[in-house]
Amino acid sequence: MRVIGRLDIKNNYVIKGIQLEGLRKVGDPIELALKYYEQGADELIFMDAVASLYGRNNLFHIIEEACREIFVPIVIGGGIRNLSDIAMALKSGADKIAINTQAIRNPKIIEESVYQYGSQCIVGSIEAKRKGNSWEAYIENGREETNIDAIGWAATLEKLGIGEIMVTSIDKDGTKSGFDLDLVSSINKAVNIPVIACGGAGNMQHINDLIKSCNSDISAFSAASVLHYDLLSITDIKRDLGVF
Amino acid sequence: MKREIGIVDYGIGNVKSIENALIKLNARSILTSHEDQLLNCDKLILPGVGAFKRGMENLQGRGLDQVITEFISTGKPLLGICLGMQMLFTKSEEFGTTLGLNLIEGDVRKIPTKSRLPHIGWTNLSAKNGSWSNSILETTKKQSRVYFVHTYAGFPDNESDYLAVTKYEGIEICAAVRKGNIYGTQFHPEKSGTAGLSILEKYISI
Repeated sequence: MRVIGRLDIKNNYVIKGIQLEGLRKVGDPIELALKYYEQGADELIFMDAVASLYGRNNLFHIIEEACREIFVPIVIGGGIRNLSDIAMALKSGADKIAINTQAIRNPKIIEESVYQYGSQCIVGSIEAKRKGNSWEAYIENGREETNIDAIGWAATLEKLGIGEIMVTSIDKDGTKSGFDLDLVSSINKAVNIPVIACGGAGNMQHINDLIKSCNSDISAFSAASVLHYDLLSITDIKRDLGVF
Repeated sequence: MKREIGIVDYGIGNVKSIENALIKLNARSILTSHEDQLLNCDKLILPGVGAFKRGMENLQGRGLDQVITEFISTGKPLLGICLGMQMLFTKSEEFGTTLGLNLIEGDVRKIPTKSRLPHIGWTNLSAKNGSWSNSILETTKKQSRVYFVHTYAGFPDNESDYLAVTKYEGIEICAAVRKGNIYGTQFHPEKSGTAGLSILEKYISI
């Protein structure tokens, strides 16, 4: 199981909100990325939290700098609109590209990018919010609803050829109250590609609950607030999970 | 003059992290598709992600398959990484049968599992047979975790070509090959933290 550090970034600062809102500055992206790398992170996710608002991704220079010292896989997401954005992201040193908004607006970008760069390069990012007994996929960093069922969308993304799914529970994001276990396990069951669970990690119990709810078949999870506020370190998490 | 590592540029995949790793290790490298420049290097790295067929077409389109074969014949070392390792094999079954460089006898086949694919993640390296001394894994601890991302894997015909194996959901996968001066890693040493960097460092020093 991979333990991933997630950095949501706005205007060159790592920020963190609750349920993707009320964003607060928590630190410098390079400093935090290096800290998590040194703690033994298996992977790092850099998300541009406001890219969709401005129609551009601002992280390329940050990724470029981070990659000089960080030698684990890097995922970049937020505001990726077309193949030239993907080319720039890869050129800056990212290994995987997470796509949400543009995948829903124009699913062709998934097929085209998978053809060009391979499925291992493209991560389908789903931001989901509970709605009765199901979950709705949101775009624009949780600001816009789509009426698309998140579980069905995960299956569609797999058919389009992506290599991995990253699911963020908007309800749980930043709350440190545990993962949305029903959401993650439903998506995990709906596809036969690796799934990264995001949103809600607050302590070891939450991580163990996640593993249990997915019958030990969850590929990865990301943690953000709990790392940013030093409530847990990646070293602690990996030691408790028995992965070194 | 410091010795130089040629990174074979065939217009595919992400080589930035390999370049960054070599800079970190104080090695001089050149990313090029020019025959003369590649043949002048002391060693080569053949990188690669993505599909086998496309990779081979890109190599052949630039005449780089010939350059690699010629380079190998001089006895200088080559390291193939991920798809770069798979292309060293005789052939692949990805999208029909595609011939590879045939430097390592064997096939590239889909990982025979019902579990999730791609295999994305960190798994342990162990020896299949023989020792790691005098190889790029000489300084690597047994059971080191390294990073894999692949759906297909190489299956060498000759047991002696296996340098290391790993396990994914109980299935043994060839993690590294070695045949004389030819090396390949299915995992990404440039993305495997300090364990990976020490493998590249060893390659630089051989």
